[in-house]
Amino acid sequence: MAKTITQEFTKGLWAEIPPFRLVLGLCPILAITNAFENAVGMGLAVTFVLTGSNVLISAIRKIIPPKVRIVAFIVVIATFVTVVELVMQAYTYALFLKLGIYIPLIVVNCIPMGRAEAFASKNNMVRSALDGLGMGIGYTLSLMALAAFREIIATGGITLYEKPVALFGAAFEPFRFLVEAPGAFVCLGLMLGVMNILGKK
Amino acid sequence: MLELIKMIVVLTIISLASGGLLAALRDGTQERIDNQVLEFVKGPAVRQVFEGAANDPIAARFQLKDGNVVRNFFVGVFDGEAKGLAMESSSSKGYKGDIGLIVAVDVKSDKLMGIGVTTHNETPGLGARAKTDPKFSGQFKGAAASGQVKVTQDGGGVNAISGATITSRAVCDAVTDALSVYERLKPQITEKMKNVKK
Repeated sequence: MAKTITQEFTKGLWAEIPPFRLVLGLCPILAITNAFENAVGMGLAVTFVLTGSNVLISAIRKIIPPKVRIVAFIVVIATFVTVVELVMQAYTYALFLKLGIYIPLIVVNCIPMGRAEAFASKNNMVRSALDGLGMGIGYTLSLMALAAFREIIATGGITLYEKPVALFGAAFEPFRFLVEAPGAFVCLGLMLGVMNILGKK
Repeated sequence: MLELIKMIVVLTIISLASGGLLAALRDGTQERIDNQVLEFVKGPAVRQVFEGAANDPIAARFQLKDGNVVRNFFVGVFDGEAKGLAMESSSSKGYKGDIGLIVAVDVKSDKLMGIGVTTHNETPGLGARAKTDPKFSGQFKGAAASGQVKVTQDGGGVNAISGATITSRAVCDAVTDALSVYERLKPQITEKMKNVKK
C-alpha cells in the first residue's frame, strides 16, 4: 500500500504520532514536559534532527554498506544533535541550561534512529524529509499538549516567552504533584489511554 | 574483502565530513558560547558582589596570563573610580566536587568586597547555603585581601555554615587562592585597571 506524499507528512501528526502510537522517545517526554517552554524547545530540536538526519541518510542510503548502516546512522544523527547543542548554547543559553542532558540524549532517542532504519534507508529524499518533518511536528505537539496540561494544573498558569500568565483565580490550589516525576507517569498514562479510546473506531 | 574495504572507506568519509563540519561550527560559535557562559553562569555572581556599580562589570573585563593559564578579571566602577576587581576562583575540595567562586577585591583599600558562588554540587539546605545564604558570604566583606582565609575551626575568622564545614573550608580555600593570584599579578592588574573607562 503506497502512501501519497501528503500522507507521508500527515501520518506523523496522528496515525503514527511518535510518543502515543509508536510509543517511542518516552524518556525525554517524561523528563522535560514539566514546563511548556521546555517542551517547545525540545520538540523543535528533535524536529530539526529528525528532518536533517532523514534527508541525509536517504541521500546516502545507496552507498552505505548494509552491515555498518547502524553505525553510519548514529554518526549522522549525532552530528545533527551536536549542531543543535552548539547553536542552542550560542543563542538560547537559558533554554540549554534547562534542557541540559536531554539534548545530547536525542542521539540515543529511538525516534531518529527508528525513522532512519524503518523509513529513510528505504525511501527517497522528498518522502524522507516529509516523514521526518511530520514525525517531528507530531512529537512537538505531543510534548506541548502534555507539558501544557501538567504546567497549567500544577501551577495554575502557563509561562510564555518567559512571562507567567495566570489562568485561574487566586482560589485555585496548585496541584504540584503533576510537575514532579511521578506526575509525569500519571499524565502520560492518561494521555495514552485517551489516545487509545479516540483511535479505537 | 572488497566489501570490507568499502565499509571502511564509507565510514571514514562520513566521519570525516561530520568531524569537519562540527569543528567549523564550534570555531564559529565559540566566542558567543563563552559570552553566554559569562552572562548566565558568572554574570549573576559578579553583579551581586558589585552591587551598586556604575558600569557593567561583565563588559569591563580583561584577561591576564598567569603562567600557563589565562585568567578573567571583571572591573567594577564605584564613585567614578575603577576600584572593584572580581576574579574567578575554584576549589576541588567541596563536599561533592568543584566549587566555583567569584572573589571581589577593592584594589584601593586592599579589602575583600565580597564573594559569590557560581557553580557547585553541594547538598541542598546545607552546603548549598554557601551560594544562597548572605550571612555566610557576607562575612568575607571587608576582610583583608591578603594571606590565608580560614574557618574558625582552623583558627580563622569565618564562621562555617553549620553542618557544612567541608563546603565552608573549600570556599575559604578558593578565596585564599584568589588572593594569592591577586597579590602575584598586582602590578599587571593595576596597569590594566588604569585603562578601564569610568
